[in-house]
Amino acid sequence: MSSLSTNQPTPSRFSRLWNSNMGYSFRRNPVAIVSLAIFLIIAIASTLAPVLAPFDPYDPAQIDIMNSEYPPMWVDGADPQFFLGTDDQGRDLWSTILYGTRLSLLIGLCAVALQAFLGISIGLVAGYVGGRIDSLLMRLADIQLSFSTLMVAIIFLAVTQAMFGSETFNQYAIYFLIAVIGVAEWPQYARTVRATVLAEKKKEYIDSARVLGFGPIRIMVRHILPNSLSPIFVISTVQVANAIISEASLSFLGLGMPPSQPSLGSLISSGFDYIFSGSWWITAIPGVVLVVLVLVINLLGDWMRDVLNPKLYKG
Amino acid sequence: MSLLSVRDLTVKFAMRDNTVTALNQISFDLAKGERLGIVGESGAGKSITGFSLMNLLSRPGYIDSGQILFGGQDITQLSEAEMRKIRGNRMAMIFQDPMVTLNPVLTIGQQMVETLRAHRSLSKAEAEQIAILKLREVYIPSPEERLNQYPHELSGGMRQRIIIAMALLLDPELIIADEPTTALDVTIQADIMELLLELCQSNKVGLILITHDLGVVSQMTERTLVMYAGRLIEAGPTREIINDPQHPYTQGLINALPQQTLPGQRLKQIPGNMPSLTAIPTGCPFSPRCEYAVDHCRKILPEIVRYGQVEVACHEVSRLQNTNFEEASA
Repeated sequence: MSSLSTNQPTPSRFSRLWNSNMGYSFRRNPVAIVSLAIFLIIAIASTLAPVLAPFDPYDPAQIDIMNSEYPPMWVDGADPQFFLGTDDQGRDLWSTILYGTRLSLLIGLCAVALQAFLGISIGLVAGYVGGRIDSLLMRLADIQLSFSTLMVAIIFLAVTQAMFGSETFNQYAIYFLIAVIGVAEWPQYARTVRATVLAEKKKEYIDSARVLGFGPIRIMVRHILPNSLSPIFVISTVQVANAIISEASLSFLGLGMPPSQPSLGSLISSGFDYIFSGSWWITAIPGVVLVVLVLVINLLGDWMRDVLNPKLYKG
Repeated sequence: MSLLSVRDLTVKFAMRDNTVTALNQISFDLAKGERLGIVGESGAGKSITGFSLMNLLSRPGYIDSGQILFGGQDITQLSEAEMRKIRGNRMAMIFQDPMVTLNPVLTIGQQMVETLRAHRSLSKAEAEQIAILKLREVYIPSPEERLNQYPHELSGGMRQRIIIAMALLLDPELIIADEPTTALDVTIQADIMELLLELCQSNKVGLILITHDLGVVSQMTERTLVMYAGRLIEAGPTREIINDPQHPYTQGLINALPQQTLPGQRLKQIPGNMPSLTAIPTGCPFSPRCEYAVDHCRKILPEIVRYGQVEVACHEVSRLQNTNFEEASA
């Protein structure tokens, strides 16, 4: 083995990933390839929204109410400068969707990062320390889980909206949304992490780490956490999809992003009033984008779960 | 002054409705650079002794009383932070199964560098140099490449060598090896033991070898402790214990070795099992299995007495010697 590897240069990070189990399974799975491709297209397009979008939907000077409710290009009566038509306020729907997707993704990712941070820390401590602290933290998680995310979010957002007034609320809506979705879903992480920590903590390499004189924090973060990553990856994909849906639902209910700064949810909501008056595209097109986005993330999560689950290895 | 001095160490386990005594008043000394073997059946308390010395008993176990003086300092009184400075640094431990004692997601180099840097202020490059040096000491071929490999890329024997290198990384004064070769195959066992012996001798490291293999003990150690049901029953120079065991249990252990039996003969095993720690018989814990036991053996716990070069916990030791002598002369 040694003579073989002496003469070969160490492969690059990318080629190691490409040739790994995961890379192999990815190349063999058309669903995963298509899902990742679509996800990347959506992610890149929305990140580059300021470059790609022909109009800036946040700039009132570029919006003309006279342009409102133009249908998409392939429908009669379309205006060629608005590729996907316009919404009720005369905003270009294509530009607004790009910006809205960016907001939705941003909120989804940040909320999941917050969930993961809270959940992983709490789960690690509960699993590693054990005893009373474990029981206390896990009962807290149970209490948190017994309230549905949406209910907690609606109550919290409604109260803050009333407290700060809708002007201030609209200004900071994105932070409120991240905070409330992040806090409401941490038990998902905490429970999974705790379960894997309980399994890992019994293994001998943890004993040997303690024997080497490492402190509890170092053992938790550097030795146990990297060994518990696969379930965390799987939950994260599912949770990003869930967070995007939660954000869209809250915005649809008028508790999320304001109409002046629409996310996908508030865009669907604003078009909903016109759906029966013939302007179906204001709701339908952002809806399709939302469904596709959430679907590909879930499909990627499914694939990842299959790959990372050692019980499903075939040979 | 001795490096390690254990005085009346008693370890208990708090179970749901009672406490179980896992170690009962263990006392022994270890001089600097001395090699000590601890033998006994499974469950005799050998590994518990090892973990107590590291002060790493996990719940529900705890040190009930006694002292562990390491370099003159009672480590049972140290705080967790002070104890961490000793673990890995001045005292190292090697476990049984090398397949599971290395962290699977970190490379050998990362694990060694981390260990060094946890105890010494070294740059990454300096730490790597020391790691390479130590890997060379345990005869790992091309150590520079091993640093970038993960544990699963190496064989069991190679991993145990790496674990020994990690134990030696910070030049400890004492290594506790808990059955270090049980999980390896026989040819590699001999290699690893030889390596461990060589390193301990050349670096003047004290070794506590926990094992149930009397052959290994006789090759590796200068003194031996024999444990039974959480008690020390015989202690002394290894040669004496192997050649002229005093306690009936030690005699039984040695007679049970396959080498003591002619081909075709049944192995001379000790009848019965070790009592469970929840039901230790009164008197001498070995009395129910002992062929020489008389009435007061079952009633009074024997004190440890000096007998020739060894210390032994048996009431009947002088009588035994005479009977053995008579048997031999008859």
